[in-house]
Amino acid sequence: MIQKKAMLIDITMCVGCNECQKACKVQNKLSDVEEKKLSPTAYTALSEYDGVFVRRQCQHCEDPTCASVCPVGAFTKTPEGPVVYDVEKCIGCRYCMQSCPFQVPRYDWESLNPRIYKCILCADLVKQGLPTACSEACPTGATKFGNRDELIAEAYERMKAEPGKYVDKIYGQKEVGGTSILYLSGVPFEQLGFKTTLQQTPLPALTWNVLSKIPNVVAIGGTFLYGIWWITNRRDEVRQYEERMKNNGHDQHDAPGH
Amino acid sequence: MITRFFKQLTVWKSIGILLLLAGGASTILRFSQGLGASTNLSDEFPWGIWIGFDVLCGVGLAAGGFTLAALVYVFNLKRFEPIVRPTILTAFLGYILVTVGLMFDLGRPWAIWHAIIMWNPHSVMFEVAWCVMLYSTVLGLEFAPVVLEKFKMHKTIKILHSISIPIIIIGVLLSTLHQSSLGTMYLIMPDKLYPLWYSPYLPVFFYVSAIAVGCAMVIMESFLSSRAFKRSIEMHLLMDVGRLAVLMLLVLTIMRALDLVDRHVLGLLTIPRMETYMFWLEVVVGMLAPLVLLSMKKVRQSETGLFTSAVLVIIGFVMNRMNITITGMEAWAGKTYVPSIPEFSVTLGIVTLGFVAFYYIAKYFPVFPPEHGAADGGAHTPDQDWHGGMNESSRATVHTVR
Ligand code: SF4
Ligand code: SF4
Ligand code: SF4
Repeated sequence: MIQKKAMLIDITMCVGCNECQKACKVQNKLSDVEEKKLSPTAYTALSEYDGVFVRRQCQHCEDPTCASVCPVGAFTKTPEGPVVYDVEKCIGCRYCMQSCPFQVPRYDWESLNPRIYKCILCADLVKQGLPTACSEACPTGATKFGNRDELIAEAYERMKAEPGKYVDKIYGQKEVGGTSILYLSGVPFEQLGFKTTLQQTPLPALTWNVLSKIPNVVAIGGTFLYGIWWITNRRDEVRQYEERMKNNGHDQHDAPGH
Repeated sequence: MITRFFKQLTVWKSIGILLLLAGGASTILRFSQGLGASTNLSDEFPWGIWIGFDVLCGVGLAAGGFTLAALVYVFNLKRFEPIVRPTILTAFLGYILVTVGLMFDLGRPWAIWHAIIMWNPHSVMFEVAWCVMLYSTVLGLEFAPVVLEKFKMHKTIKILHSISIPIIIIGVLLSTLHQSSLGTMYLIMPDKLYPLWYSPYLPVFFYVSAIAVGCAMVIMESFLSSRAFKRSIEMHLLMDVGRLAVLMLLVLTIMRALDLVDRHVLGLLTIPRMETYMFWLEVVVGMLAPLVLLSMKKVRQSETGLFTSAVLVIIGFVMNRMNITITGMEAWAGKTYVPSIPEFSVTLGIVTLGFVAFYYIAKYFPVFPPEHGAADGGAHTPDQDWHGGMNESSRATVHTVR
């Protein structure tokens, strides 16, 4: 079985050097200007909160909302963990942007041939068993690449080893059913711009619960409508038949057989 | 020549021409400069009025088509037959215009056919796309007899008649699915959509409100056509359509109220913020007011009363969809969105196109039943050449073309 990969981002260790973004831009051949926000040319970016640096990128959800909503299946969760995008399929409807719980996908608004841009967790490298470019570049170990379950175990160990250093939560362990990006922090997550109210189960189940009922709606609805039609029209037929009988002087009142 | 042209140019026509010109200019901007230059959309706010109004409202406002088709052909309420054709026409045009609007909004419109071959059954939008495609075809078939009649192609009409009931039932089912699915699209955003609007029952709310607004559209369109074509109004029918609307509004109001209680969010109704005001405006103007008005027989019987109530229902419906796409999203997005002028003018241009198309089609094709003298007061008996839709099984009341 393929091991699920992940990245553990320890916010307490990040010094804000921006090496991750630089390495990312080289890896993905993006313009090399420093950017403070996610954009079509920045798949990861640092935000600063009073000297605390947080790098953001796609969370690579275990059950990705973007992949569920895309009408043409342009997003796929690969077995190793990265959520990848196929521009050849995309129709540009932006439902993925509208519904991503972490507000990640970016769009090329100025282009006449736009596409979605986001971190793909170096899917090609990861597939070959290599680590991501940003984790390789990180000088402090704040971004660490590895197997997801091992990284979660390590995160718990770090919390145990230095009580009081971290808030009691691994962000990404349970959010929307879990993600391949995990965060440790010394400051409550909500103070660092994280959405902390997200539900703990995957979002796609919310729509699938309804969508999966469609066959029933069609079967029951179809039978119901046909039944109504049959009854209402039969009533008409009977009435006509009776009228005809009366006009013809017959006194026989049977309904016509079908 | 030129003076005659200007004499014929009424106020409405001039407004229409202006709107079409503005829409045309914005179309050029959209397709030559892209979405960034023509809209106020952003990464935080990727859906605006082209989705909120052109698509969500467009589809809903066309819901009269399946409602009336169901009433007349499935429930066999043949007295509504005289208003079936204009309603089907409205719906058909509505769906065509929704598709046009979608072409503006899609970033890669040339790839729209991908939805046909690249399936993702987990996507609500995929399901909506399929339903809309199929239902537009159904509407085309339902409207085809009108065109065929004009060209006296009675054989083809006969073939259509023979399959009319299955087609109408399929149409009702498809409508049920995608009208509700437009609400399902928002189920996957429980954290984003403000709790006054987010509800696990969104699909049901969308469906019921679509039927209500479908009825309101039938009423409004009958009034406008009666003015445009100097026809009498089918008041006796429209009163009954109003009754169906009030029933739907009642169901909707009760469900939405219970849902707020159920989700323990009643407290939100009094906190002073934008969402609260918009919610109250939507509910009072667009749901409660027409509910009260239409419940009164006097209002239903008066032309102005009925028309005003219908307009309120339509306004309320549009406000609901706009609140869900815009107002209810702003807090989460951390950004406000006001549509750009090109966004407005494309939307208005598309609406104008709908009016113009309806006018000309109704003028040149047998959309309305022929009138029987001025004294007839609106009670039409369809004559030999005219019958409501494509269904033949109603020999008792309607003559079919032989
Ligand atoms: S964070 Fe957003 S874009 Fe990334 S996988 Fe999850 S839903 Fe998709
Ligand atoms: S914008 Fe592209 S990738 Fe995103 S949901 Fe639409 S088709 Fe899929
Ligand atoms: S490379 Fe490491 S230390 Fe530098 S900004 Fe990125 S995560 Fe922080």
